[in-house]
Amino acid sequence: MQRTVYTELRPGIGFASLLALLGAAIAAGLGAALYMEKYGHIVTGMNNQIAWGLPHVFAVFLIVSASGVLNVASLASVFERAAYKPLARLSGLLAIALLAGGLAVLVLDLGRPDRLIVAMTTYNFKSIFAWNIFLYTGFMAIVAGYLFVQMSRGMERYVKPVGWLAFVWRLALTTGTGSIFGWLVARQGYDAAIMAPLFVAMSLSFGLAVFILFVLVTCAAAGREFGADLLVRLARLLGIFAGAVLYFTAVQHLTALYAAEHGGVERFILLDGGLYTGLFWGGQVVLGGLLPMALVYLPATGRSRIAVLFASVLVVLGGLAQIYVIIIGGQAYPLVLFPGMEESSSFQDGVVASYMPSLPELLLGLGGVALALTIAVIGMRVLRFLPATLGDAADEPRRERAASAGS
Amino acid sequence: MSGGRPATGARRGGGNATSSRRDFLRGAGAFTVTLAAGVTLMAYGETPAAARQPGEPVTSKQRWGLLIDVSRCGDGCTACVTACAEENGWKQGGNPLTDAQWIRKVTIRNPKNGVTRSAPVMCQHCADPPCVDVCPTGASFKRADGIVLVDKHTCIGCRYCMLACPYKARSFVHEPLQDQKPYAPRGKGTVESCTMCVHRVDTGRIPACVEACSATGNGAMLFGDLNDPGSEISKRVAQYPTSQIRADLGLDPGVRYRNL
Amino acid sequence: MKSRIVIILLLSTVVIFWLEAAPARAVESGLPKTGTIGAVAPSTGEAKICTAELRQMSRSGKPPLTAGVNVPRPPKGKGEVCVADTDYMRRFHMDLLAHQRDDTVREGIRTKRFSLKECIACHVVNGPDAQPVTYDNPNHFCRVCHDYTGVKIRCFECHASRPPLGLRSTLPPQGGDAKALARYLKDVEQ
Repeated sequence: MQRTVYTELRPGIGFASLLALLGAAIAAGLGAALYMEKYGHIVTGMNNQIAWGLPHVFAVFLIVSASGVLNVASLASVFERAAYKPLARLSGLLAIALLAGGLAVLVLDLGRPDRLIVAMTTYNFKSIFAWNIFLYTGFMAIVAGYLFVQMSRGMERYVKPVGWLAFVWRLALTTGTGSIFGWLVARQGYDAAIMAPLFVAMSLSFGLAVFILFVLVTCAAAGREFGADLLVRLARLLGIFAGAVLYFTAVQHLTALYAAEHGGVERFILLDGGLYTGLFWGGQVVLGGLLPMALVYLPATGRSRIAVLFASVLVVLGGLAQIYVIIIGGQAYPLVLFPGMEESSSFQDGVVASYMPSLPELLLGLGGVALALTIAVIGMRVLRFLPATLGDAADEPRRERAASAGS
Repeated sequence: MSGGRPATGARRGGGNATSSRRDFLRGAGAFTVTLAAGVTLMAYGETPAAARQPGEPVTSKQRWGLLIDVSRCGDGCTACVTACAEENGWKQGGNPLTDAQWIRKVTIRNPKNGVTRSAPVMCQHCADPPCVDVCPTGASFKRADGIVLVDKHTCIGCRYCMLACPYKARSFVHEPLQDQKPYAPRGKGTVESCTMCVHRVDTGRIPACVEACSATGNGAMLFGDLNDPGSEISKRVAQYPTSQIRADLGLDPGVRYRNL
Repeated sequence: MKSRIVIILLLSTVVIFWLEAAPARAVESGLPKTGTIGAVAPSTGEAKICTAELRQMSRSGKPPLTAGVNVPRPPKGKGEVCVADTDYMRRFHMDLLAHQRDDTVREGIRTKRFSLKECIACHVVNGPDAQPVTYDNPNHFCRVCHDYTGVKIRCFECHASRPPLGLRSTLPPQGGDAKALARYLKDVEQ
């Protein structure tokens, strides 16, 4: 039985310059956070109408991807797809890295980040936000334990139970993240039970896209082989997950369209919302769903490394667009205080809110992404996460076993 | 209060004579406050017996509410808004998108027939507030007497309650503040909303907006104890049909509207 | 061997929790009863050692053993004594503030004795223009000690750090003018 050999990344000028670049991005993000804390949120584009802006888009994307990126390891441990086993460790590392980046952005955007201790010790358990704090930190601990049992000798028998725990916890975490929006009765664009499964599907899709991007780029940069067979497996999986996201989105909007009450917000998102309509159809549906599915399933492009890379990038972009439409589009549509009436006031009642993302917000969001990448890159340098080879030749014994078992 | 010298005169020199003057001030103050509170409450239909002593905690025996008669609300009148801004120290103007606004006049127009009316909208002090449900630290809370407040010592500024409020009642403080009113502390990085002038209510007075509205002569706003069947507001709510904004959400706000 | 370690750990936990609650016990036992302003707070055992030195400091105004060190000299407040003994307030004012704010905000308990506005009104420090200084000014009462100890307080990001305009010009009247008394107390009540 061939054992997968994992090796650390080799140091070098490329590695050092990458870390320098990421370090600069993190420093810029921290600087932006300090600037926002000192002068107040007036320096950002967020206001009393759009209270959650670009940092939250980045944070939710990172958190949702963190949950989804662990899916590769779950496929190996929980669903016993042996082909993904060599990728399980990397999957765990990326999950922790992405979650850390997302949480950093979320915490640094708080109006009073100095009160983080209060947030960690005083809880209102009726709030899904409070539960999420436990789900996020617990996820980090569980994945750390998951990595521990995978990487330690003599702990093989614990991999499956811990893998199951991580899988269930992942689903709870993503459900909790979706419920942040799904449990808001006030707004027309939220208040939908389907937010939870939609976010689960989103996590699978975005997480896998991020994983494919990361592993392809890292293997190319580190000079490690990546097999065509494995590529096709991952690509097909990405297609299925992107399709699942399209399905849940369709159900969400078809159901809302049926209710006259939600007609206004649906018209806004789907038809005359300007930027939000463009992001929904162009970004979320076409770039994030239809085009990647076409790329991975068409025989002409399905086996091409470049095409799969491109499809993953499109899914990520479409994912950011989707989260932008959910978070910011949901807030931009005015609250309905008097149904059927036109409202106006000095507090922007009845008008679609305008939002212009500002530089500090962008820097903070990118700083979180850089933090996630830094953790992943340093992790691969210090510990053995990356397999020495992911080529088809290394995978040969497993395929022969599977073939003989099947016949 | 009678004039003349205090019973225990202020003695010259040191020793422990200092307690006497403070004791007198204390007693005189208590007398004045109780008298003033009683007078204020009686003028607005409350019985002094329902008044709470300053040292006692609030109970759910009282539920404070507002009744707003929209037909008496002047179209261009913003007396309530101006009074609230003056009382609680939030400025208007400068940056309309980020400035706090605890109360605003909403103009409601029926697109079918063009009929227009206006009404003040502020925190509705719901009995089942969504902002309280979603606050991760419990900073957004409902006091026993029904007033919904933000405990700014615990607020981390996550703004989730701003997303959750159906009435857009909450504002976030986007910049550092100077010279806050001593009885209405507010600071950068926390969320705030109408407090129903809790600092006034706790000393037996009425909210600034209600006072200003009655001063204009319109008398569109009425404040009182919804749990007291003898109070003016309870009598009117029992007499006329009143509605709540977004009553379909089932939040049972303490702010009621008439002729909306 | 293992059981001995467990027993030691358990005992340590109990002792640590008991010690941790000591400030709360001291606050409760040391707080003067209502109506006995000016009574000296009974010291708890643990505070006795520091109290003597503090008392000497407050009486003579000169630091006994720490001569040459820039110890803070906060200006005296308006009244004769604070709501409790000076040593007590030095040690426990933060606990009183933290406890009282919950009483006021959540329970609506507003007593004059523990009102923050009263503290600020009494401990007012006037600047060169005869106006009370705000927290920006290093001569503010709270800043004198807090700058020295390096303990940053954030109260005045929300709370006003000087008395309101009406109260600033109204000092407690001398003698027994009832009308001035009533006016002063009404201002204070706001």
